[in-house]
Amino acid sequence: MNAAWLPPLALSTSLVAAVVIFALPESAWRWRTGVNLGAALVKLTLVVLLGYRVVEGHYDTLRFPVVEGIDFVLRADALGMMFAGLSSLLWLCTTLYAIGYLENSPNRKRFFGFFSLCVGSTLGIAMAGNLFTFLIFFEMLTLSTYPLVVHRGTPKALDAGRVYLRYTLSGGTVLLLGVVLLYSLTSEHSFASEGGLETFLPDHRGLLLLIFALLVGGLAVKAAMVPLHGWLPRAMVAPAPVSALLHAVAVVKAGAFGILRVVYDVFGIELSVELGVTTVLAVAATVTILYGSLRALAQEELKPRLAFSTISQVSYIVLGVSLFGPFGTIAALTHLLHQGLMKVTLFFCAGNYAEELGIHRIDELDGAGRRMPLTSLAFTVGALGMIGLPPVAGFITKWYLGMGAIQAGMPWVIAVLVAVSMLNALYFLPILYRLWFRLGPAHGHGAWPEERRLGRLETSAWLLWPMVATALLSLGAGLFAAMPFSPLGWATAVALGEYLP
Amino acid sequence: MSIRFGLVESSVAVLPFTQPALWVALGLPCLLGVLGAWLRPQRTWPILLAGLPLAASGIVLLMIVEQHGLQRWQLEWGKLTVQLRLNGLSVLLLLLTQGLGLVAALYTPGELRHADPAQRRLERWLWPLLGILVGSLSLIWVAADLLTLYVALELMGLSAVGMLLLPGKVESLVAGIRYLLLALVGSLSYLLGVALILGHWGRLDLAGLVQVVEAGPVAWTAAALLGAGLALKAALFPLHAWLAPVHGNAWVPVSALHAALVIKASLFILLQLWSVLIPDSLFAAQLVAWLGVIAIFWGGGLAWRAVELKSLVAYSTVAQMGYLMVVFPLLLGPGIPASVQGLAWQGFWLYLVGHALAKAAMFLAAGNLILATGNTTLQGLTGASRQLPLSLLAFGVASVSLIGLPPSAGFTAKWLLLRAMVIQAQWAWVAALLLGTLLSAAYVFRVFRYSFVETAPHYAFRALPPWLDGLALGLALASLLLGLFAYGPLTLLQGSR
Repeated sequence: MNAAWLPPLALSTSLVAAVVIFALPESAWRWRTGVNLGAALVKLTLVVLLGYRVVEGHYDTLRFPVVEGIDFVLRADALGMMFAGLSSLLWLCTTLYAIGYLENSPNRKRFFGFFSLCVGSTLGIAMAGNLFTFLIFFEMLTLSTYPLVVHRGTPKALDAGRVYLRYTLSGGTVLLLGVVLLYSLTSEHSFASEGGLETFLPDHRGLLLLIFALLVGGLAVKAAMVPLHGWLPRAMVAPAPVSALLHAVAVVKAGAFGILRVVYDVFGIELSVELGVTTVLAVAATVTILYGSLRALAQEELKPRLAFSTISQVSYIVLGVSLFGPFGTIAALTHLLHQGLMKVTLFFCAGNYAEELGIHRIDELDGAGRRMPLTSLAFTVGALGMIGLPPVAGFITKWYLGMGAIQAGMPWVIAVLVAVSMLNALYFLPILYRLWFRLGPAHGHGAWPEERRLGRLETSAWLLWPMVATALLSLGAGLFAAMPFSPLGWATAVALGEYLP
Repeated sequence: MSIRFGLVESSVAVLPFTQPALWVALGLPCLLGVLGAWLRPQRTWPILLAGLPLAASGIVLLMIVEQHGLQRWQLEWGKLTVQLRLNGLSVLLLLLTQGLGLVAALYTPGELRHADPAQRRLERWLWPLLGILVGSLSLIWVAADLLTLYVALELMGLSAVGMLLLPGKVESLVAGIRYLLLALVGSLSYLLGVALILGHWGRLDLAGLVQVVEAGPVAWTAAALLGAGLALKAALFPLHAWLAPVHGNAWVPVSALHAALVIKASLFILLQLWSVLIPDSLFAAQLVAWLGVIAIFWGGGLAWRAVELKSLVAYSTVAQMGYLMVVFPLLLGPGIPASVQGLAWQGFWLYLVGHALAKAAMFLAAGNLILATGNTTLQGLTGASRQLPLSLLAFGVASVSLIGLPPSAGFTAKWLLLRAMVIQAQWAWVAALLLGTLLSAAYVFRVFRYSFVETAPHYAFRALPPWLDGLALGLALASLLLGLFAYGPLTLLQGSR
């Protein structure tokens, strides 16, 4: 039984929330908060319902023609629901956090309106059933993120916004060309189509390569793969909830998710291997992983270090995609979720340090563990996960990446993994050392840059609990990885569906 | 091609309701205009009420065409024969004209209320001129002979000039008179072309001409004369220089209607006549396309450097007309596959309609911003996002369609055009279209860059009635959603074959 109304209903929660928020006056704080949280909860419920129906074997689909031969398709499938689940869960956390973070600052109406649009576009990306629909939401995401990046309105923020648009709109144009070429070759080809593009291989090898290059090239801009990553560190000027959302769910993940779709659902993994593009992808991902880690090492401020770490971490997903075999796929899919949970935690922590103590630089963190124990614990969980220590979620990814590398016959990837884990340790462990073992203002040495007492606990409750929740989730995703509905369990199901007909 | 315009010789029995509906659609705007000059409405609801029968006539005509296809009329007064035809395309453009005319009329009281009293001396004449403009535009979409087209074109041009002159400022007088002179030159060229056709083939009805015209020097000369005249009126590059001053100095609803419909009417006639006279010409279409490529970058560059908000919007029109010009070789020329021509045909009209809605929305939004800030430059918008969110939102949604980002009509149209170009392997035009998209994003986002500045001092902005923003936002959303729900209108366009 097809419930065609369910995907648009889930999508409309965010869009309706955006419209209502735009219509409310700036001062209606309570109403806005209510609408935000209500919509986030309703959406999470609907996404869970959709996911449950996918497990039961109902792929709810809404479809109507836009142009002759091209449909607008919203379809709930296992891969999409994974991403949708992540985005709705983190939307709830980030909304709570943002309410606390932006308290008493101007332009909150604009912020939350576009924030909702941004998350709505992410859900659209997750549920897009073909590349045409994907493209629609992909560009919507670009546009709805711009006001968030320039939110502060400082010259630096405006410049970051301009750079962001230059990169993403150019990427979108390249993607558009790729999609048009693909449609000219195949006419309608949805993600659910049986069989990849193998039939075109004998006659159109060059064209297929070109299309792949255009599609992945356009998506790689958002996934911040080197050398198309320049916008991401600059976009750090945005408020902390925006950075958290950009890095964990929305923008970079949209790019990585698009690459997943192109490789698995448009070309098919066998054809990608046949074309030889997976090797290129693996090399590009490796370069990005190493480059991002090295640059992260050189940063002296907290947020830029996390930003370069994101560049590095997101390419694990691409690396997993490029490893032919179920383990590589599982690694890619789990990391999509794990990296989101861990990174959002780290950015919440960075935001908390900045809000409560005015800390922006890493060398100001000395002894912060005593002043803000929960925040520092959460940061520790996130950082250890990023390094890949068990039992945090990041370990699972690296383990499966290693197994995938062996399965795909690319043992050099293991050397890369070891090297990059060392680099991760090199740039995260000094921070942990400073947090817990160095003496600082909390022990009576010096003073915090700008201390504010935002709440009865170590900081305002709005800022604290979402962070604790995501930290626990990152821990739980690793600890309970063997449970059936853990990220790993879900990813395994998707990967088996991909390889076993 | 001429078949797509509904130019076929056949004797279809006219359905009973059709003729009255058509007379209402053509005549009622002028009557309402006279009524407006007499009553001078200050509120919106009487205007809305008066517009209802007009919209009803359009919807009746739409239903008739949807169910029964092409409609033709032949009216004779003595020696004079007037040919009219109504197909999917005409009915679509007719509805667009009625809708935009109604929105412009609804906007007018708000604009006049805030205008300088010295400029309001002639305001009562705006109403009849608006009525004549809408009526003559409607006539252009349905006329099927050269003489009727000429009469409608002149009526439209003169009423447009009249509306542009109404503010009575020196700048608007200069711009308006220059426009009048150029429009007269254009008409002269058009008349020469018509005279040539009448002298050589002895008939003026388009459906008949399709049968008798053969390629040759006469057809080429006539096409060149008609084309030059209409290109001047449509502000096609390089004959666009008069456009920006005209738009910069007119009242907002007048600029909106002018950019959205008046220049496009000339383009419509141009394409229609060329599809009759030179359906297989290679050179003319190619020339137009290459001029269009230059227009995209020239207009985009000028818009990028524009200091005034209204001239940014006006130069963007020059660039946007360039996209339509680039489509010409996919519509006219020897040996174009029917599938490509179909895609290009749909893309062309969808782009035109989408742009009309978006550009009208953009002018209204720009007018709101200027009314509220009291400053006509982009600099004047500094920090506006805090106080004028709705006007900026309308501007933003309109620019989404203008840039051609999804899910707007501009995007869907570009998609169709790109597919047609890819099938024909016309990579130069693909590149022009894509680079032009980036260029338009560059100039549009300048507006937002200014508006998001937070460090600016707080200017005292004038509060506007919300329905002014509502009108702009409504048009912008129509243009945005048309892209997603384009299937119905596109089927209507195809049905005219």
